[in-house]
Amino acid sequence: MASVKLDNIQKRFGDVQVLHGIDLDIKDGEFVVLIGESGCGKSTLLRLLSGLEEITEGDLHIDGQRVNHQSPAQRGIAMVFQSYALYPHMSVYKNMAFGLKIAGQDKQAVKLKVEEAAKKLKIDHLLERLPRELSGGQRQRVAIGRAIVRDPKVFLFDEPLSNLDASLRVKTRVELGKLHQELNATIVYVTHDQVEAMTLGDKIVVMNQGRIEQAGTPLSLYHHPKTEFVAGFIGSPKMNFISAQVTSIESDSVQLMLESGPTIRAAIDGQTLKLADKVKLGVRPEHFVLATDEENQFQGRVSLVENLGELAYVYVNTGQNAESDIVIKLDGDCQYQAGDSIRFAVAAADTYLFDKAGMALPRLNKA
Amino acid sequence: MMISAFKNFNLGRSVPKSVAIHGVLMAYTVIALFPILVVIINAFKERRAIFRDPLAMPTMDSFTLVGFEQVLLRSDFGLYSWNSLVVTLLAVGLVLLLGAMAAWALTEYKFRTNLLITFLFAMGIMIPIRLGTVSILRLMVDLNLVNTLTALVLVYIAQGLPLAVYILSEFIRTIPKELKEAARCDAVSEYKIFFCIILPLLKPAMATVAVFTMIPIWNDLWFPLILAPGEETRTITLGVQQFVGQYVTDWNSVLSALTMAIVPVLVLYTIFSRQLIRGLTSGAVK
Ligand SMILES: Nc1ncnc2c1ncn2[C@@H]1O[C@H](COP(=O)(O)OP(=O)(O)OP(=O)(O)O)[C@@H](O)[C@H]1O
Ligand SMILES: [Mg+2]
Repeated sequence: MASVKLDNIQKRFGDVQVLHGIDLDIKDGEFVVLIGESGCGKSTLLRLLSGLEEITEGDLHIDGQRVNHQSPAQRGIAMVFQSYALYPHMSVYKNMAFGLKIAGQDKQAVKLKVEEAAKKLKIDHLLERLPRELSGGQRQRVAIGRAIVRDPKVFLFDEPLSNLDASLRVKTRVELGKLHQELNATIVYVTHDQVEAMTLGDKIVVMNQGRIEQAGTPLSLYHHPKTEFVAGFIGSPKMNFISAQVTSIESDSVQLMLESGPTIRAAIDGQTLKLADKVKLGVRPEHFVLATDEENQFQGRVSLVENLGELAYVYVNTGQNAESDIVIKLDGDCQYQAGDSIRFAVAAADTYLFDKAGMALPRLNKA
Repeated sequence: MMISAFKNFNLGRSVPKSVAIHGVLMAYTVIALFPILVVIINAFKERRAIFRDPLAMPTMDSFTLVGFEQVLLRSDFGLYSWNSLVVTLLAVGLVLLLGAMAAWALTEYKFRTNLLITFLFAMGIMIPIRLGTVSILRLMVDLNLVNTLTALVLVYIAQGLPLAVYILSEFIRTIPKELKEAARCDAVSEYKIFFCIILPLLKPAMATVAVFTMIPIWNDLWFPLILAPGEETRTITLGVQQFVGQYVTDWNSVLSALTMAIVPVLVLYTIFSRQLIRGLTSGAVK
């Protein structure tokens, strides 16, 4: 296993700059998740790490060694592709053993390794089958197995679960988590999926248009997003953003006036703000509660209820010129229907605030 | 096979349309097979019966094997067949190998003369090789290759290669690039990637190319006549010509020889088309 260090990594395809200087430290044994919108350069970054694509500028070190000009094999990486990329004409066993055989390892050793990996992934009864005779989940495990047997320094996964159906995805996700603990491997993992990112990653790297927007532990990104982009990206459903104006600044909070009327107190360090500044208040759907007599009250009319049984997402229209509905997460047994009027509130400590440039202001009362 | 083909055909198509399409295909099949059928039935008939009614089946009276006797006893039919077989198999084999290698190189790697070579192959498809017969003959004379099978093999490779490269290139483009990349991560050398991964996946396309390439070579009269007319190097199509005289044609022998000449090519075709069908269905069926 190994550490990976990216130093101002850039990638241009002809005139198109896809990555604009990526700096990232990946520790030995760390599970790093790359997320970001489609086309932001996640796969490209992964391919640069793997050596399948050439680095235009910057330095890549694996285990302290500069590897910019090494081939994938020399770098000691293993890649698991979204499409699995199993050799269609080879049995599962051959698929897993191919790389080892090419490397000239002896037959008995190869057999041991493949069987051990197969057992770990619970595909030992499938070794004689061809890829086309396997289900999607099984193929995925073969692809992972092919990576494991090579005992690579770094595993690279490009959206490995996106071709699986929902329930299999959950299962495989859990297995991947266990596998990481078991192998203690350094992993870089690209995904679109919130939950995968939050549950699997030791560190999440949020990318935006070829730059790293923020990197940190899942909870630090959840609690302390540095920008509006990250705040909107982490968490599902998305954080609600509500335009507001600063009306007073105190040492432990900021008073805001929302466009739709109500005044809100947010536990935010507002030293850098000025009165009457235009800002954006951010509140996660899960932080709204049905109003008691607390401060920070909202009211509006329910426009849609999505009830998932266990919980319900209630879309509320809070005024004539509200930009979009506010989403609230409530218990599944709440009785709201479209057209009902509703009153809800948020604790001052559960608010986020972003300035005009989309940068987050420091939150108080949150570790 | 027939039934399943029908089923697939009907998917999303109306019945009348499907009937019409099959009607056209059947008609075409009949037209294509008719001459062959005529050759075969007349090969077993007496000369007079052939001319009396070419379409009649051989009867007890008209049945004869004299043509086959003539061919097998009076000529070196075995040698001719062997020559044809050697030339065809060698040429087809080399066209497949070289074609696949060229197609892989042209699609996978970027190098300076890539476009030029692709263009030359495209020209090769469009310009018939027979236009160059005179130069080819001169070249073969200079190389001392006249009246050798090597001359034929070389010419047929040149004749078959452009189309083979074209078809195989198209097919190679459909192979997902992740497969090669996975192999590269596996530290597989570029040669091994071609021989162990790409080539096996090309099988169905190669079967198609093999059929396309094989038939014109087997049937060719032009180049054997010009480059290898010697007794030792005659191919079947050329060998048959000795029964076609200026004044008298030994129709029994001609038809019998042709009938026998169909057999090997039919066998080869069956082998390749098996491969073709297996290849086509193997990827599609989950
Ligand atoms: N070979 C290439 N040539 C030119 N542009 C490319 C090439 N590969 C990728 N790009 C561009 O680089 C950008 C990033 O692509 P990339 O595949 O890394 O996105 P991604 O973040 O993986 O997206 P997704 O989540 O949809 O997989 C895209 O705008 C894409 O068009
Ligand atoms: Mg991608």
